[in-house]
Amino acid sequence: MSGGMHVLDFEKPIAEIEGKIEELRRLTDTGDVNVADEVGRLQVKVDRLLRSTYAKLTPWQKTQVARHPDRPHALDYINALIEDFTPLAGDRCFGEDQAIVGGLGRFRGSSVVILGNEQGNDTQSRLARNFGMAKPEGYRKAKRLMEMANHFGIPVITLVDTKGAYPGVDAEARGQAEAIARSIEAALNLRVPMVTAIIGEGGSGGAIALAAGNTVLMLEHAIYSVISPEGCASILWRSSDAAKDAATALKLTAQDLLALKVIDQIVPEPLGGAHRNREQTIRTLSMALDAALGELTPNEGGVLRAKRREKFLDMGRVGLE
Amino acid sequence: MNWLTNYVRPKLQALVRPKEIPDNLWSKCPACGHMVFHRDLERDLHVCQHCGHHLRLSVTKRLGMLFDDGKYQRIELPKTLDDPLKFRDQKRYVDRLKDARVKTGEHDAIVVAHGRIGSNNVVVAAFNFEFQGGSMGVAVGEGVVAAAELAVLQDAPLIVIPASGGARMQEGILSLMQMARTTVAVDKVKEKRLPYIVLLTDPTTGGVSASFAMLGDIAIAEPGAVIGFAGARVIENTIREKLPEGFQKAEYLLEKGMIDMVVHRKDLRQTLARLVSLLRHRGPAGDLVPMAVDVPDIYVDDDE
Ligand SMILES: [Zn+2]
Repeated sequence: MSGGMHVLDFEKPIAEIEGKIEELRRLTDTGDVNVADEVGRLQVKVDRLLRSTYAKLTPWQKTQVARHPDRPHALDYINALIEDFTPLAGDRCFGEDQAIVGGLGRFRGSSVVILGNEQGNDTQSRLARNFGMAKPEGYRKAKRLMEMANHFGIPVITLVDTKGAYPGVDAEARGQAEAIARSIEAALNLRVPMVTAIIGEGGSGGAIALAAGNTVLMLEHAIYSVISPEGCASILWRSSDAAKDAATALKLTAQDLLALKVIDQIVPEPLGGAHRNREQTIRTLSMALDAALGELTPNEGGVLRAKRREKFLDMGRVGLE
Repeated sequence: MNWLTNYVRPKLQALVRPKEIPDNLWSKCPACGHMVFHRDLERDLHVCQHCGHHLRLSVTKRLGMLFDDGKYQRIELPKTLDDPLKFRDQKRYVDRLKDARVKTGEHDAIVVAHGRIGSNNVVVAAFNFEFQGGSMGVAVGEGVVAAAELAVLQDAPLIVIPASGGARMQEGILSLMQMARTTVAVDKVKEKRLPYIVLLTDPTTGGVSASFAMLGDIAIAEPGAVIGFAGARVIENTIREKLPEGFQKAEYLLEKGMIDMVVHRKDLRQTLARLVSLLRHRGPAGDLVPMAVDVPDIYVDDDE
């Protein structure tokens, strides 16, 4: 299971036992009964340890799981779930931003416009995609595709996974703030269903630009926050060592956000996190997306728009009743 | 002049404003370093007479200089939950809030008022930078929502004046959600085809700039105001090079096509009055309102 997989600090005790299992398996491929027994015993131990560790992950540990390099990214979901995926490029203004992927395709037989933050999975693609940090052209492309979906009456799915919008001179020069604002505005104006899934890290304005959906799903160990724990720690604690404390204070876990009514539903991850079983994660999210779209689709466009707007207009009124 | 103005008013003022600034106070201009006599500063609307730097304004001064005769009506904002996250860093957020309230005498970082600008009835939502850096949490979001609703109710233009470092970190995700919330709010004004004007003041950054602040029908900025999404330090740390001269200043945004105009503080009221008047009182041709019934269906809002 752990062959070549990136091991997080708190997963080390688990990885050690898994290492032993592998060693035992290597020593005997003869089907020795004693070895098989020992392997079975160790596997039970691994499962127990995974269960107990993942049942009580701290917000900081969840932050690491959410950023795990082997976690499925937007394109993994798109490649697995979207038939006839046809990427569409460009903002018709300045350029094409590969930090946001988007296009047309079929999800379970029906046309959708799908958008996602994509950070890449090796050095070359990470550079090409600017580590998933979009520039104005990325948000303007998102806006363009959302409006196209609206024009053709096609539902929108967004997959959010970004550290945030790119902080750079060129991005500012081309109006990063305005591009994000217009993307939020476009989402809030759609008369078609929009379902958002926070699949990894939902970082700040760069995330909400794609996250103003009718239904907002969130994977069990994903995080979603106004600022990264590191950024918050360096500002409020004046030390990046306090990221752990900041992660707790920010209430950025799916469980916290459900309680705050910022998200609508938590999508369970396989035991040990999405990176341990990518296929199962993708399947589970697919079912959740399908259910969410199914619930929205019968509604008339004006109703979808009005309900989405009411929902976001109410954000922060929790606990006052 | 009668005995009333001569004798009673000064006394009353002394009662109302016990901490009158002493006459001999000088302030240092943060831009050029010159000492400026406070009376000159008051007279010049807090613009440095040496270099033209527009100093940050308290919210009451801001409102006082925009409305006709300095007269306006503040509205009480709906209550919101203090400290929804029970946030604590090195200090408890509730204590930070308490301190800010004592320091500023305000409940949070936004004030909503209505009154007349150039005889036009307008609603103004102005940020108070002195309150937690003007950061946007739920209460500020509530202020923008209330201002938008009031504008719709009064059939009046909405003018929002941000002065904010961005989201209120201590309200976590709920502060991020205010970006979507305020976007819906100002859209409601636009749907009614009421003018939505944003006056960007120093600073307008982060989550505030990336939502309602960049969605104005017309965007005005004060000279030298810092306007942008990411903070200059964050950008410097990311790209590891010096930022270009004038980066993220109002004039830079004007050049990049991100705002309509940069307006000196002394001309703001007049500019706002003219814009509102042009958009609302369109003259003989435009005042033939019944003609507007013939607009094609696509311009008619069919929801709500
Ligand atoms: Zn000066």
